[in-house]
Amino acid sequence: MTDARGSLLQRSRIKAWEPVVWLLAFLAPAVMPGHALIVNEIAIVALFAVSLDLLLGFTGIVSLGHAAFLGFGAYAAALFAKLVMPDPLVGLLVGMLAALALGALCSLTIMRGSDLTRLMVTLGTGLILLELANKLDWLTGGADGLQGVVMGPVLGRFEFDLQGQTAAWYSLTVLLLLFWLARRLVHSPLGATLEAVRDNRLRAMAIGIPVSSRLAVVYTVAAGVAGAAGALMAQTTGFASLDVFAFERSADVMLILVIGGVGWLYGGIAGAVVFKVMQDVIASITPQYWTFWIGLFLVVLVLVGRERFIRPWTWWRKGGAGKS
Amino acid sequence: MSGADIVLSCQGLVKRFGGISATQDVTLNLARGARHALIGPNGAGKTTLINLLTGVLQPSAGRIVLEGEDITNLAPHLRARRGMVRTFQINQLFNGMTPLQTLALVVSQQRGLGAGFWRPLGQDAAVAERCQVLLEQFHLADVMNQRTEHLAYGKRRLLEIAIALACEPRVLLLDEPVAGVPAGEREELLETVAALPADVSVLLIEHDMDLVFSFARRMTVLVNGAVLTEGDPDQIASDPRVKSVYLGHEVDHSSAAATLAQGATHG
Repeated sequence: MTDARGSLLQRSRIKAWEPVVWLLAFLAPAVMPGHALIVNEIAIVALFAVSLDLLLGFTGIVSLGHAAFLGFGAYAAALFAKLVMPDPLVGLLVGMLAALALGALCSLTIMRGSDLTRLMVTLGTGLILLELANKLDWLTGGADGLQGVVMGPVLGRFEFDLQGQTAAWYSLTVLLLLFWLARRLVHSPLGATLEAVRDNRLRAMAIGIPVSSRLAVVYTVAAGVAGAAGALMAQTTGFASLDVFAFERSADVMLILVIGGVGWLYGGIAGAVVFKVMQDVIASITPQYWTFWIGLFLVVLVLVGRERFIRPWTWWRKGGAGKS
Repeated sequence: MSGADIVLSCQGLVKRFGGISATQDVTLNLARGARHALIGPNGAGKTTLINLLTGVLQPSAGRIVLEGEDITNLAPHLRARRGMVRTFQINQLFNGMTPLQTLALVVSQQRGLGAGFWRPLGQDAAVAERCQVLLEQFHLADVMNQRTEHLAYGKRRLLEIAIALACEPRVLLLDEPVAGVPAGEREELLETVAALPADVSVLLIEHDMDLVFSFARRMTVLVNGAVLTEGDPDQIASDPRVKSVYLGHEVDHSSAAATLAQGATHG
């Protein structure tokens, strides 16, 4: 007798290593207070990568303008703190909602057309927002960025410190919560319909899945998550500048997903850790040429294959046993 | 046959690709509970007709009526929700998923749970139970946890049909369902189809004349995008025009004639 239900639920069950990973992440700012700032950065980039994975890995939407939502969330949260109130949680919510709204609007543009059209549309959206933030300098500070963002304490108790411990824990907590939501989403029937759309749109329609509205939903959700990452970025640095919209950010986050693995939520987190740590280590050795090394790393990773790359003992074995 | 018994019909359906008419003024009525076969030589426009009926293609002219409602301009997924389900001549599967996940997804969607974003897929015991039945029925239980892209062709073909039946269709359009299925399993597969509830209507496209004549109670012959004739199997088998079409087009003349003649005795 086969156990269909057990097999299905197996996938969504929490594995033993998962709490360990999260525990280590939350311990990191306490154990290495000197590195709290980079932990914060990693948590934010990881959240951004998880958001892109919802689109790229789970739905098959290629986006080169995902920074549009990151930037929109960042500016919304920064402006809210500056003009309305400095509470971080309310600001985070505002940043998310702003990005959600933008995502819902933009989702109308991705329903039609081929992958290439979508790629161009996402790229274009990012460029439009970048230029808007540049031109509306009375509001955004233009090329100087939005300065003088002062945040209140988290929950009215935890002040942001210079070392970045509060920031790191704050970002990690938001990452954990949104990650958990994303995890539930991808394992749900809705998540399965997204994978169906990714794998075969024609068949997805033939079994009654409303493809366009599913694309709109996931695009909006992913935009909201990216907006949260942007809000965290603005809040923990007290600053929002034009480079949050930059094309490099969209490209970097795609690199991060390629490093960590698409279609696997932890891939975004693993990729963010590897990318940021490499950036940090290499830049401290050779500040000007770090992109050379990350480029080399990527080429080797993609050519060798991730499965094989992380199993060096299979490199000299015949037949490429490590790669399926 | 009274109008009330017609589940799916198309009237004056035309599809032009540039200057070529792939479908020419096709009128077809599918009765409730029909076991109807659509035959014709390669390139006769059989698959195009299915694509028009299911909304993958938009007709250049004509209309399509499902259960008394005009669905000519209805989106494909809404036609599926109204119970019109098809299989594809070339497998259209979800390669990154396992057969079990695929069926769980289809059954969830069919039961209106497809938009659920909180509870995991398979949490619903009734869905899991239905998947179990389908997996056993289509001999997929042993491979249910393998990625679809790694399955053998025969298994993928079975999954192709299983997906359609998991939708619990009211109208089932089968586009050469047993092509590529090992000989021993063909009969079983068609028996499964034949054993569908009596009020489910089936339209079958198939080249194997033995299977067609053993399955169909009514047949339509399509040639060059137009309906040549329609009738019960006896009429079709004895129709000289049908014979000439097959004799004129099939590579193996004698075997085509033989299967047609043999089909008459089946019918």
